[in-house]
Amino acid sequence: MPVLEQQGVQVWRRRTTNQSLIRWFGWLLGVAVFVFCWQIISASTTWFFVWDAPRIANDIWTRATPPRWEYITQLGRPIWDTLNIATLGTIIALFLAVPVAFLAARNTTPSAVFIRPVALLIIVSTRSINSLIWALLLIAIIGPGVFAGVVAIAIRSIGFCAKLLYEAIEEIDHSQVEAITATGASRWQVMAYGIVPQILPAFAGIAVFRWDINIRESTVLGLVGAGGIGLQLSSSLNVLAWPQVSLILLVILLAVVISEWVSAKVRGAII
Amino acid sequence: MSHRELDDMLGKGWRKPAFVKNPALRWTLILGFVAYLIAAYMTIEVNWSRVYEGLDRGWAFVLAFTSPDFTSRWSDIWSGLVESIVMTVAASVVGIAISIPIGLGAARNIAPLPVYVICRGIVAVSRALQEIIVAILLVAIFGFGPLAGFLTLSFATIGFLSKLLAEDIESMDKVQAEAIKASGARWTQWINYGVQPQVMPRLVGLSMYRIDINFRESAILGLVGAGGIGATLNTAFDRYEYDTAAAILLIIIGIVMGLEYLSGVIRARVQ
Repeated sequence: MPVLEQQGVQVWRRRTTNQSLIRWFGWLLGVAVFVFCWQIISASTTWFFVWDAPRIANDIWTRATPPRWEYITQLGRPIWDTLNIATLGTIIALFLAVPVAFLAARNTTPSAVFIRPVALLIIVSTRSINSLIWALLLIAIIGPGVFAGVVAIAIRSIGFCAKLLYEAIEEIDHSQVEAITATGASRWQVMAYGIVPQILPAFAGIAVFRWDINIRESTVLGLVGAGGIGLQLSSSLNVLAWPQVSLILLVILLAVVISEWVSAKVRGAII
Repeated sequence: MSHRELDDMLGKGWRKPAFVKNPALRWTLILGFVAYLIAAYMTIEVNWSRVYEGLDRGWAFVLAFTSPDFTSRWSDIWSGLVESIVMTVAASVVGIAISIPIGLGAARNIAPLPVYVICRGIVAVSRALQEIIVAILLVAIFGFGPLAGFLTLSFATIGFLSKLLAEDIESMDKVQAEAIKASGARWTQWINYGVQPQVMPRLVGLSMYRIDINFRESAILGLVGAGGIGATLNTAFDRYEYDTAAAILLIIIGIVMGLEYLSGVIRARVQ
């Protein structure tokens, strides 16, 4: 225990002098990095605009209120598209994620040396790229529209769903699998009766959870041209129709809140 | 003995129990889902000839991953990358620093009701608004550049981290906190010695995870002019420079993988 002698009295200390010096230098380094980063940001900022920001914010607020309520009649179709992008994207992603997850889980993969790294690579690379970037790419490849949005959401969700699913597969109770194997079941029967029932609740939970996230993400996919309500948002922003923007933002907020509520309810019912 | 008698003796054959127990609810769900799928499929217009034409370009993009071009646009990539990293670091520091007091305030067992309501309100607003929408508004208010991105990421960090921190504090062990209180500690001492040690490992883990998310998000903020590598990526797609785009995506995937590995190491050390 680090103890410091002070005028003949022993005083308890949490750390030795060396440890506290190292910690102090760590903090100093952290602060230095932060200040350096801040200076880079500050250098590329037009500070005049920042000082002017309260006035601009106030200006936008007065332009945006009240929302143009009658515009809601034109939003029905975009909302339906948004819902479709999220739902169909999630379904496609789940179909693709299940095999990837089985290939990535240590206890079900056919080959831990060759196939597992490939599956993990698919998971990492689809997960680390945002759905907006996938949408940008797909629009360049297959043209703008709802379909590009569906595919973008699907690709982005594969990694997420497969990661959570393979972790669930790795955590299953092995004795049940053994029991099914002991009855003489084939590999596929073991899968269907020993593994699938154990991961089904997790699977349903993941599906609903990802659907909720996808509703959020699909509301903005239109900003790059991939369909949904984001298209309306982007065109309203381009013509500076702030009352329409505020209405669209309200609709998006409502959609996000509803989807979160639905997903919480369903997950509560499953678990 | 006839077949009939044998069947009677054996009883009914075993059938796999259904996932949803109530048959009426099960069939409503299945039929509703099928009806929805048909409706969704009917309303999505896919221009298959356009998709078919795009396949060549898609293949060109896949091929570009085998020969990514880091050199010809390196200065653009580098400046975008530095901006992304700088935004991530600064926003993570500021976001974590702000989310700790808000997280304390949003925990029902240590905060009085008015503070709790205010902090929960902040968390709800921050979580409901998406990064990209916040970025659009902040770019409109503060002008183009990394400052808007920095503020967006800080704001998003607050909602994420405060909520999870508050939940962690609410589920902490009361006994330790009580013991500190019984020794006559002031409120700040109580937080410092009774609460903080219990939530610290998880706070570090969540912070690392959030830094990872912030970097991924910073890659798309450039699409709406909030700084970072997104703008470079967008330009590369617009100009059909797939080899440059592939290089940028590879860099993003590499950094995300590195961050994930680092956060795994740090989380293993603090827990």
